[in-house]
Amino acid sequence: MKILVCVSKTPETTAKISFSGTDFDTAGVQFIMNPYDEWYALVRALELKEAHGGTVTIINVGPAANDPIIRKGLAIGADDAVRINADPESALTAAKHIAEYAKTGGFDLILTGKETIDYNGSEVGGMLAELLDLPYVSYANSLEVAGTTATVSRDIEGGTETVEVATPVVISAAKGMAEQRIPNMRGIMMAKRKPLNVIEPGAATDHAKVVSYEMPEGKTAVKMIDPENMDELVRLLHEEAKVI
Amino acid sequence: MNENGKANGVASAKKSVKTDQFQGHDYYNIDELLSDENKMARDAVRQWVKQEVSPIIEDYSNRAECPHHLFKGLAEIGAFGPSLPVEYGGGGMDEIAYGVIMQELERGDSGVRSMASVQGSLVMYPIYRFGSEAQKKKYLPKLGSGEFIGCFGLTEPDHGSNPSGMITNIKDDGDAYILNGAKMWITNSPVADIAVVWAKDEEGKIRGLIVEKGMKGFSAPEIHGKWSLRASITGELVFEDVRVPKENVFPEVRGLKGPLSCLSKARYGIAWGAIGAAMDCYDSALRYSLEREQFGRPIGGFQLTQKKLAEMITEITKAQLLAWRLGTLANEGKASPAQISMAKRNNVQMALEIAREARQIHGGMGITNEYPVMRHMMNLETVLTYEGTHDIHLLITGMDVTGLNAFK
Repeated sequence: MKILVCVSKTPETTAKISFSGTDFDTAGVQFIMNPYDEWYALVRALELKEAHGGTVTIINVGPAANDPIIRKGLAIGADDAVRINADPESALTAAKHIAEYAKTGGFDLILTGKETIDYNGSEVGGMLAELLDLPYVSYANSLEVAGTTATVSRDIEGGTETVEVATPVVISAAKGMAEQRIPNMRGIMMAKRKPLNVIEPGAATDHAKVVSYEMPEGKTAVKMIDPENMDELVRLLHEEAKVI
Repeated sequence: MNENGKANGVASAKKSVKTDQFQGHDYYNIDELLSDENKMARDAVRQWVKQEVSPIIEDYSNRAECPHHLFKGLAEIGAFGPSLPVEYGGGGMDEIAYGVIMQELERGDSGVRSMASVQGSLVMYPIYRFGSEAQKKKYLPKLGSGEFIGCFGLTEPDHGSNPSGMITNIKDDGDAYILNGAKMWITNSPVADIAVVWAKDEEGKIRGLIVEKGMKGFSAPEIHGKWSLRASITGELVFEDVRVPKENVFPEVRGLKGPLSCLSKARYGIAWGAIGAAMDCYDSALRYSLEREQFGRPIGGFQLTQKKLAEMITEITKAQLLAWRLGTLANEGKASPAQISMAKRNNVQMALEIAREARQIHGGMGITNEYPVMRHMMNLETVLTYEGTHDIHLLITGMDVTGLNAFK
């Protein structure tokens, strides 16, 4: 089984976020592999490889600065990696770059995380499936493969849906699909020798552009109101919080 | 216990586990001096410690019990002999990787770092360096995978800082040596499968040998009542006419340079490890100082608290630079035993002082196991003394700069 896992780079969860215009200020920000890509998509791909044989390839769209994150994926156990040397301007351009590579790769499974934890788009998987003319199952929290059939469970409102789908297929991975793995020292050393192929990008354009980003308002102090003073509570909820 | 009782027990056990909020501190961007592998190793072990050590360590330390199950985890993550070659059960990494691994383990607990230091530097390293090919093949892979636990016997009840005065001895008896004597303060000894033991032969020369658990006349009683390294098991090694086959003796090495070269390895790891304990204390104190309010504002806003915090991060930064430079020298094979002594002494003293200052910033809470500082402080009292006492390391530096021996 040939598996392609799409991995993205995101700021570490405690990073201080700021923008100048539409440019994300990266000064002092530590980056990590997007947890949904790493903990669930990649680890489940490795489990399937361990059970059925095959290969796991990581793909990332981004600059050379992303290499340490890709190497971590190799340290966790992926066989090889591809980096499309392009700025991932949007979900669509990233999906186009990945599709261009994946269309001749003969992959049985293409996995992504259900979303990145920075822009929360949940778009690349669906776009990739469309561009490759493959089926797509989103938000999967379990994945089994037998022959050319993948069985996928996904949470739906109030219950669980189980889907059978023929491979090749694109699936986005949610919590529950696998357990996070910590790379060990041997994996870290082996990752140095595994292939990380850098591919120059083809043309990819988007139809939309981001106009602005705004930060949420900072938290305000808690106001304590005397329990006897219901009128004041109602007034504040009405005039200041504007919730009633 | 009934179903209810069990449920309550589980619930209360979970409640007492606080989330480990530790973040590394790197005031001088020393990360830029580390390789990608070094950083990945550091982050992996940090994550492992948060997952496996932090949730249980206060409880084990409180009960003075060794978390034996961590041996397997330490082996799996690759904490045993990371800088030894892969074919002999090591990780094939550089010395800085070994250092940052020890730093992160000691950030969790000095006892957990000790488990790894002893296995890697004091058991695997001497077998790798001095052992016969057969000894390497027999023991190293099992030690690297955690299947075997090892310990190191040099210190004796009456010979600590003066190991050359040891009385443990071996006598030739055909195809074996007869070993007699006793060793003291041996980390891991009660649970060890093998012990690397240093003893004098009939010519008075110090030799190294591998003693296996179960050999007749060999016992390893546990030492109780420690107020320090409570989550690490410590014991004695007692040898009463133990027949050790000659194939278990290191073939070439003679004299104190054998054990001392192992100690250099371990001391190097401690120089890094102490930074981990110091960072944990500083991290906890910094966070506490911003949360704890007195006189209507966070105590971190008061000058005397800031003095403590500023001095802590300054000393940590100096210790990090010392360790990094020592690591680059070690990578080039140029770190001298005296340079390692200086780093061990400085960094452990630094960590102990930071633990004490951090305890003050935590006020009364600092003496409880709600925070890690008192545990680190008690642990560091051992670290200050073992692997060459603080004073002995001063004398090593003194001898190195004057050329005069002040030991005797």
